[in-house]
Amino acid sequence: MSTFWSWWIIVITVVTLLGSLWLLVANRKTTISGQPGTDGEAPTTGHSYDGIEEYDNPLPAWWFWKFVGTVVFAAVYLALYPGLGSFQGLLGWTQENQWEASMAAADAKMDAQYAEYASRTIDDLAGDPAAKRMGRRLYNNNCSVCHGVGGSGANGFPNLADNDWLYGGHPEAILATLNGGRQGVMPAWGAVLGDEGVVNVTEYVLSLSDEPHNAAQAAAGGEQFAMFCASCHMPDGSGMQALGAPNLTDNIWLYRQADLTLAENIRATLRQGRNGIMPSQSDKLRPEKIHLIAAYVYGLSQTGAP
Amino acid sequence: MSDHASAASLPEYNTKIVKQFAITTVLWGVVGMLVGVILAAQLVWPDLNVGPYLHFGRLRPLHTNAVIFAFGGSALFAASYHVVQRTCQAPLISDKLAAFTFWGWQLVIVAAAITLPMGLTTTKEYAELEWPIDILIAVVWVVYAIVFFGTIMKRRAKHIYVANWFFGAFILAVAMLHIVNSLAVPVSWTKSYSIYPGAIDAMVQWWYGHNAVGFFLTAGFLGMMYYFVPKQAERPVYSYRLSIVHFWALIAIYIWAGPHHLHYSALPNWAQSLGMVMSLVLLAPSWGGMINGVMTLSGAWHKLRTDPTLRFLVVSLSFYGMSTFEGPMMAIKTVNALSHNTDWTIGHVHSGALGWVAMISIGSMYHLIPRLWGKQQMYSENLINIHFWMSTIGTVLYIASMWVNGIAQGLMWRAFNADGTLTYSFAEAVEASYPGYFVRFVGGFIFFAGMLLMAYNVYMTVGRDRATATASPAAAV
Repeated sequence: MSTFWSWWIIVITVVTLLGSLWLLVANRKTTISGQPGTDGEAPTTGHSYDGIEEYDNPLPAWWFWKFVGTVVFAAVYLALYPGLGSFQGLLGWTQENQWEASMAAADAKMDAQYAEYASRTIDDLAGDPAAKRMGRRLYNNNCSVCHGVGGSGANGFPNLADNDWLYGGHPEAILATLNGGRQGVMPAWGAVLGDEGVVNVTEYVLSLSDEPHNAAQAAAGGEQFAMFCASCHMPDGSGMQALGAPNLTDNIWLYRQADLTLAENIRATLRQGRNGIMPSQSDKLRPEKIHLIAAYVYGLSQTGAP
Repeated sequence: MSDHASAASLPEYNTKIVKQFAITTVLWGVVGMLVGVILAAQLVWPDLNVGPYLHFGRLRPLHTNAVIFAFGGSALFAASYHVVQRTCQAPLISDKLAAFTFWGWQLVIVAAAITLPMGLTTTKEYAELEWPIDILIAVVWVVYAIVFFGTIMKRRAKHIYVANWFFGAFILAVAMLHIVNSLAVPVSWTKSYSIYPGAIDAMVQWWYGHNAVGFFLTAGFLGMMYYFVPKQAERPVYSYRLSIVHFWALIAIYIWAGPHHLHYSALPNWAQSLGMVMSLVLLAPSWGGMINGVMTLSGAWHKLRTDPTLRFLVVSLSFYGMSTFEGPMMAIKTVNALSHNTDWTIGHVHSGALGWVAMISIGSMYHLIPRLWGKQQMYSENLINIHFWMSTIGTVLYIASMWVNGIAQGLMWRAFNADGTLTYSFAEAVEASYPGYFVRFVGGFIFFAGMLLMAYNVYMTVGRDRATATASPAAAV
């Protein structure tokens, strides 16, 4: 704000408030110049408008002092808080630092609870109903948009409740996923395999999960699988958690668009490749919260665990 | 030197324009409140949201425009044209221009009733009408100002009565607010964009929005109060001095209060603070009008036992006092942090809109209509009494249910678990509001049904006049 506008605001504010006080004081006099009222109570101004007369009663004292009181409050408030142009107020209050302070106060209040949970292992917390409730609320607020309520997953977003893990399901692996994020990249093989190759490899992948398939095409596809796919998905198709390459033998499919058949989905994956991104949560959530979310997610696939 | 003029020298007043606006006050009151009842029902039974045209989002601006500008506007036109002539002892300067304001204003209302359900809107609250209608409003309003102030200039009374100060301030301020806030760049006949960017647009909008309350719904209706309360009570106004102080203080301070609609927003801190403290300072000037109105009854309190019209006027002042206390309180940042965006705001608006604006208008019309048509009284005093109780009970049910809902919503929205997550989802707060929505519907329906009684009572009062007018020549033969 420029100096001119700052002073403009200050001047019109002060003039309005002082003008109100002047108006009050100037009309406070109780000597009355008008004619005596007909009922002998108070004098009237002597005017009559369509039969309406006006008494000249003084301002009610309680109302007068209430008015003065609010103006005094305004003056004090404007000294303490921002309001008079670019003058920041003696308290240094802003809505931004009020927000920061209330966030800090909330954190301080929650610290004790979080500190207790942070000191315990994820294995331990996964068996504690209170900790899991807390973890579930954090999960629902931060994770369920992609992974679904209860970890049910969706097309392109792994199911977290089925004990099939791209990057491993032990607590350290889950923590690493939450903190560092993941990028699951499958290159596009359409140009390499050709249309026939895509069909053949698809039949082979179907055969790995004992899904209905064409045996001759699967046999042809198996050779190409060994050449191009086995380095990540392993020769037996059991996948490699270090890379996040999915196990292809368990009949669980990460990319499965509902309006396509399974074979069509696999062909699309082979042809175009896939690029799955799990964003890192460590910039967004405190470590204690990530710890609790990890415990909740770990617990999802550990039903029956103590 | 005397302000008194003998009855023989009184001029011929234009009562036709007052009659027209008095009738449309009742008509648009019924229509606007019916739309309100439909909206209240839609919140209880969402299945009532049918088609695009009768959807909540399109009917809501229709309701607000109909009750504020069609019902309230007609009442203000009727009262101001009546009062300015009688207290200035001068007829309106031009009957043609006055007739233009009547038909122009009706055209605005009809245009609003067509365009708003079609979804044509600027999206600015209480200023939703698109630019061609805005221009028509501006033209009608300038003509209104010419008629009103022209009549004041030609007055025979030496002084200008306090009611006319309020009407004058209302007319000037609304012209300024409407024109400044509606400035926009048209891109077609039905679409325009505000010339103000971002937070400035929000500030201009609420400078307009709050002063639509301050000058349209407060100053204008205080003008009405200053004539009809002393008239109906047949008592002098309590204090001329108080009317001077609270008039100037009210118009000087109201214009600052808009930023309290934008607490904790992108609006700069200094503007929020100024809006808050000026809203608090506004308490005393607002109450000045209530004190002057209520104290005018000193020596005439017994009339409340027998006069339902006076009851309307006095109870409206009580609601006025209550909502002008509630308003400054809600403008305090700490309170606003709880109340903002909740039903409490809706309740606050309606304690002003039903309790103050509608009840002072209804009382004034019950005073005015028999006199305009040369009758001793309304067709049925008993129906006025029933209407009074329906209005009071309806208003109380409405605002009490919205207080409960608003505070419940505010508390649920801010409830946190120990882990910092929200305790309630938004839908849970909606579910908790359901009983309040039903009570609000009942209260609003009772208030609306009272307006139907009024319409019947007015029809019988005015209709009897027509019947005798046509019957009397035959009787003379």
